[in-house]
Amino acid sequence: METLDLVIVGGGPAGMAAALGAYEEGIRKMLILDREPQLGGILEQCIHNGFGLHRFGEELTGPEYADRYIQKVTELQIPYRLQTMVLNIHMAEDRDKLITAVNEEDGLFTVKAKAVVLAMGCRERNRGALNTPGTRPAGIYTAGAAQKFVNIKGYMPGKKVVILGSGDIGLIMARRMTLEGAKVEAVCEIQPYSGGLTRNIVQCLEDFDIPLLLSHTITQIHGKKRVTGVTIAQVDERKNPIPGTERYIECDTVLLSVGLIPENELSLGAGVQLDGVTGGALVDETRQTSLPGVFACGNVLHVHDLVDYVSEESDLAGRNAAKYIRHQKAEATIQRKITASGGVRYVIPQTIHLPVTEDQRFYFRVGDIYNKVKITVKSGDEVLYQKGKAKVVPGEMESVAIKADVLNRAGADLEVTLVQEGK
Amino acid sequence: MIYDVAIIGGGVVGGLLARELSRYRITLCILEKEEDVAMGTSKANSAIVHAGFDAVPGTLKAKLNVKGAFLMPKITKELGVPYQNNGSMVLAFTEEDLGHIRMLYQRGLDNGVPDMKLLSPEEVWELEPNVSREIKGALLASSAGIVCPYELTIGAIGNAMDNGVELMRSFKVASIQETEEGFLLTSEDSQEVSARYVVNAAGIYSDEVAAFMGGCGVTITPRKGEYMLLDKTQGRTVSHTIFQPPSAMGKGVLVTPTVDGNLLLGPTAVDQKDKEDTSTTAEGLNSLSEAAKRSVPDLNLRAVITSFAGLRATPDNHDFTIAPSEKNGRFINAVGIESPGLSAAPAIAEYIRDLLKEAGLALEEKEDFHPIRPPYAKFRERTEEERKALIQKDPRYGRIVCRCETVTEGEIIEALTRNPKAVDMDGIKRRTRAGMGRCQAGFCTPITVELLAQELGIPTEQVTKFGKGSEMLMGKTK
Amino acid sequence: METKNLTCIVCPVGCSLTVTLDGDKVVSVTGNTCKRGEAYGIAECTAPTRVLTSTVRVEGGTAPFVSVKSKEAIPKGMLFEAMEAVNKITLHAPCAIGDVVIEDLCGSGIPLVTTKGVKKR
Repeated sequence: METLDLVIVGGGPAGMAAALGAYEEGIRKMLILDREPQLGGILEQCIHNGFGLHRFGEELTGPEYADRYIQKVTELQIPYRLQTMVLNIHMAEDRDKLITAVNEEDGLFTVKAKAVVLAMGCRERNRGALNTPGTRPAGIYTAGAAQKFVNIKGYMPGKKVVILGSGDIGLIMARRMTLEGAKVEAVCEIQPYSGGLTRNIVQCLEDFDIPLLLSHTITQIHGKKRVTGVTIAQVDERKNPIPGTERYIECDTVLLSVGLIPENELSLGAGVQLDGVTGGALVDETRQTSLPGVFACGNVLHVHDLVDYVSEESDLAGRNAAKYIRHQKAEATIQRKITASGGVRYVIPQTIHLPVTEDQRFYFRVGDIYNKVKITVKSGDEVLYQKGKAKVVPGEMESVAIKADVLNRAGADLEVTLVQEGK
Repeated sequence: MIYDVAIIGGGVVGGLLARELSRYRITLCILEKEEDVAMGTSKANSAIVHAGFDAVPGTLKAKLNVKGAFLMPKITKELGVPYQNNGSMVLAFTEEDLGHIRMLYQRGLDNGVPDMKLLSPEEVWELEPNVSREIKGALLASSAGIVCPYELTIGAIGNAMDNGVELMRSFKVASIQETEEGFLLTSEDSQEVSARYVVNAAGIYSDEVAAFMGGCGVTITPRKGEYMLLDKTQGRTVSHTIFQPPSAMGKGVLVTPTVDGNLLLGPTAVDQKDKEDTSTTAEGLNSLSEAAKRSVPDLNLRAVITSFAGLRATPDNHDFTIAPSEKNGRFINAVGIESPGLSAAPAIAEYIRDLLKEAGLALEEKEDFHPIRPPYAKFRERTEEERKALIQKDPRYGRIVCRCETVTEGEIIEALTRNPKAVDMDGIKRRTRAGMGRCQAGFCTPITVELLAQELGIPTEQVTKFGKGSEMLMGKTK
Repeated sequence: METKNLTCIVCPVGCSLTVTLDGDKVVSVTGNTCKRGEAYGIAECTAPTRVLTSTVRVEGGTAPFVSVKSKEAIPKGMLFEAMEAVNKITLHAPCAIGDVVIEDLCGSGIPLVTTKGVKKR
């Protein structure tokens, strides 16, 4: 059996950044496994621009952003196997990990590794999860599936489209399909606000006069063989359709952009503990999961809105995997929990080992739109950090950087919360 | 040419009958109005093998249910179809319900149902800890089981075809004429088939098909049943099939594991006129959630991965009507095969075989009949060694197409090449489970569409979800 | 005098801007909470531009299409005209990332370039 230091599951932006991070920390015996025929993950089909502003200071398209990493991986001769599906991960008795995967060339094979980085990304929520009533005709796609058809395969999933959900991929696809000759009739969003980036609402919807119907949902899908239309309705505060507000829109296609779910079946099989809110693993400041030597980063850990943050997080995970492999990590002395409250939905990481030697950045998402808040990090009753923010929205991930010495002073578990300005 | 027998309807009844008749030296065809088999009631139902205590003693239903349930383990094994003898429970919530399950117990005894027991609440909770604390008792029937109804239909028709039966797809019977030798069946698009004997196994349309030969005095009302399917993480919520006390509209809402490890809730029961309307409704799905929670209060409804509806062929005489037409004795009707039609199907097949024999069909056994149909490779269920052997045989078994259900390209190719061949996306889904998992085909659709186009030798834009009119794509981008 | 309402996209705050125009001259921008918002408002109302991203047919390659973009932003009003030009092109594999597909996209002076490589089949 092949024995390695590190196996990285997933060759998208997260996996590649983790591999490069580990490489820079001196790890050579590693292997990236990916199910697609090329590295780059979902970026391959995200041909729009807007990637890399934070990381490279320029606006790249998805494939260009991926290419920067693919070039480095190739240059450094980091080994990878494509069209390879990891089937399971087991913990061996000596704390090593056994990774079983399959592909056409090598068949079924198992490799052993001291550490594993989970970087499998996420999948889209679909109609089933929404329980949208109606028929089950052709023409209902997740926005990502439609994106693959349009951008990679060159086919139009439909010509007259209603989009449910205002997630970024849905917004991007509204513009993309419009430019390719489709008519996007409307985007319905059940929340009173959009989950997408403002930039995308302006440039993907407003530019093309596509109506964004907030507090609206599809109450029924029509059509026996192919979608012929949808009934939409306004919803009340409890998200229930308001009788009398129903409206029929003729269309041949419904695209769903109703959220992303970290794809953690493999992690669960290995025994990794998950966070009920993020759907991803519970991790510490090194992005190590509940299993020693198993790290997680990117959208499999929590859904990011910008790939730049995925790269940053994955670099961190890769470097820490290297430290784990080299037994460099100091044994934890104190472990503190980091919890979310007061409008903050979740915080990454969920635990931290003190003392830390480096400053730490906590990432979080809010559950609603808040104006004029103070992002506050507390330890017990003591306020460790506070910063004012004019507006926070659920669609955009927030972060706070906290100095190592401040954290090391913390005498109790940590809490990230929002305080209304003036209170 | 003239066939000895033409079976109208490629559902579970027609399929198992075809398979039964393929043992004999006769020529046989199945006429299916859709482009694939198992497209009607056989596609969307509770997937239950009922023990047989529901039907009124002495009815055809009672007799065929008990016998069908008895035949099911052997026939599913031969056809490589998943079946599990998981047992069922009918819960009693009130004193009145207790009386009812005692009555069912007695009916079961009269019908010859084996292995039944009346359980105290404690005995129920011992077996099923997630069942409601409000119950007063339950009837346990250990002979009940679960089966995959469309896989059973596909398996039966596949085995029948391997044994020489012909399947004619997209053949919607528009008229039947009596001829000197038998019957001339003409389809809507003017295809013709001649047969000496005809069996009407047209499910929801069986009353209309019977009318071609003077009718059988039974009217079918489509009864819609809505279902919700939960993720495999919830499949162990219960191990038995959990029924509620029956009502006038049917056996009530059940909560059951499926043979694939999911959890199934349903059905609702609403009569309608339209024989094609299988849309789900907000009211239906809401009432279903409420009803299911009565049996199992802590159901995780956030884990629903899909919902769907099926139509049962509910007859106005409340029994199966399986008999030769009064007008022509060589035309056999199988009308009103509602629940427990799936459970009874293996017995219905034998019953109709005997009716055909009585009507004069000579049945001489073939020496080369192969009763065994190997299952699809099912990579996900294989051991490490078996997986290696599969990939060695054909490397396409090393390429995972559907990641949620771990379905390989090799299995999809099997679905596209083995009898009865899949011709559309839903056909592949029913044969391999590709697209049936938690992502509901989000990732594998683009790959499956291309495999279909390749194997069928058609342009990608012509690939359908389930037959003409349900094309997946609408042209090229440029 | 004419007024236009738009949402600022410079930062997540998403201020609602009101831009007052006299012909094609901006008279005032209100609703912004920072300087960058004013600049955005002026640019959007006088000369809005967008980067166009799309795909181009490829023959003889390992993929049937290659992704492309306008190297810089082009006038917003030109997007559909540019799409027509993009849709007429067929490239021959191989192509490398950054290859110029059209030197001057619809007279904008901006080239259309590939954003991906496609190998020869």
